[in-house]
Amino acid sequence: MARRYDSRTTIFSPEGRLYQVEYAMEAISHAGTCVGILSTEGIVLAAEKKTISKLLEPGTSSEKMYKLDQNVACAVAGITADANILINYARLTSQRYTYQYQEPMPLEQLVHQVCDWKQGYTQFGGLRPFGVSFLYAGWDEHFGFQLYHSDPSGNYGGWKATAIGANNQTATSMLRQEWKPTFTLDEALKLAVKVLAKTMDSTALTSEKLEFGVLKRENEKVKWQELTDKELETLIASVNLTSITSPDDS
Amino acid sequence: VSTQSTGLHCTHSMDSVFGFVGKDYVLLAADGSANRSIYSITQEQDKIMRLDDTKLLVGAGEYGDVDQFTNYIQKNVHLYNFRTGVQLSTRAAAHFTRGELATALRQNPYSCNILLAGVDPVGVEVVEGEKREIGGPSLYWMDYLASLNKLNYGAHGYISYFLLSLLDKYYKIGMTKREGLELVNICIDQLKRRFIINMPRYVVKILKTDGTFEVLHTGEDSHVPLSD
Repeated sequence: MARRYDSRTTIFSPEGRLYQVEYAMEAISHAGTCVGILSTEGIVLAAEKKTISKLLEPGTSSEKMYKLDQNVACAVAGITADANILINYARLTSQRYTYQYQEPMPLEQLVHQVCDWKQGYTQFGGLRPFGVSFLYAGWDEHFGFQLYHSDPSGNYGGWKATAIGANNQTATSMLRQEWKPTFTLDEALKLAVKVLAKTMDSTALTSEKLEFGVLKRENEKVKWQELTDKELETLIASVNLTSITSPDDS
Repeated sequence: VSTQSTGLHCTHSMDSVFGFVGKDYVLLAADGSANRSIYSITQEQDKIMRLDDTKLLVGAGEYGDVDQFTNYIQKNVHLYNFRTGVQLSTRAAAHFTRGELATALRQNPYSCNILLAGVDPVGVEVVEGEKREIGGPSLYWMDYLASLNKLNYGAHGYISYFLLSLLDKYYKIGMTKREGLELVNICIDQLKRRFIINMPRYVVKILKTDGTFEVLHTGEDSHVPLSD
């Protein structure tokens, strides 16, 4: 029965659903997990890479993490090509704001604008929605460090810790149990490793399967840093992975 | 009486607007007159607009342009507040205003000079590796060509010819409110004495860094009452 109402984004189903939006979210649920964790000293974004190959030229582009502005970065889950369009839009929006106001764009406003743009694809034009979810990490003078999540419907929410992509429910429940508002950046990094260790299929975590980024402030300046392979190896080694228990374990 | 002609950029207006930054406040002063040819329509006009809790805007120049433009800016600042839930900094508001003025100017002749005053929370920012203190009271001066400058004191209109040299001599950084009001009275006296246009009444608005806002009117002697 649902098939009749799938093909056009701009119509509701009789139950009041937008199937194309839901199908977009389904696409994202197969993408590499992304985790975002807020700490007192900054934000950690961590992701599982799906395209891993010895032949891949390193350093030319990132699959999961992107810098949107001086004070904002994001992690992507979903169709990379779709993500590129939205990332470009976000960067443009940021710069247009800075051109007009000569100041960095506050993070929530940026997220809101991108989401309004995404919403348009669910209501008019006859085009499919974007098959991407984002985790945005940023700092601004209004609300300090912030973490947001947006999805194909154009909805967004602010989070202390959250996950998107494959096994995000497992990740989220683990975050719910382990996250503390007193977390340092170090503790947040370690928790991100633990969460990904749980969500990823493979038995051993190596740096080539992961992308980790940290958004923090140093000397009043916001810095976005992606961890090098070496730093990742050190981090993974410092986490006691055998102590991870599933929330279902009695 | 006006030497301006429509269709040309008028460089000066009869409107008297000036302002300066004090120790913990910023002050804007404007005369109350609205004159058309040989008539004085009123002496009680309040030209200084409140953009929001922490910002003031006053325009001087071609009457229609000034009214329309300052109103447009005010409503846009309000819209920003409603949309985002946060306030623009004074610097952001000034740059926004400048951009809009520059755009308006490129559509048709436009004559509106602006003084924008505001108070912001004190902080530090890093620009190209250098730490800078930002915030506190600030004043932005913008002429009708949309050139923007952050200044300690400024004026627009014919009166700038009289007041800038006066302010050069008597303005000091970090003046108390009383000192500032005394300076306003000195300026008004000078204009009363030497400027051909009669401007018996002024409105002075003060924004303080503690969040308070004050409106003062001149009395019979065209002076603002002094207070701390």
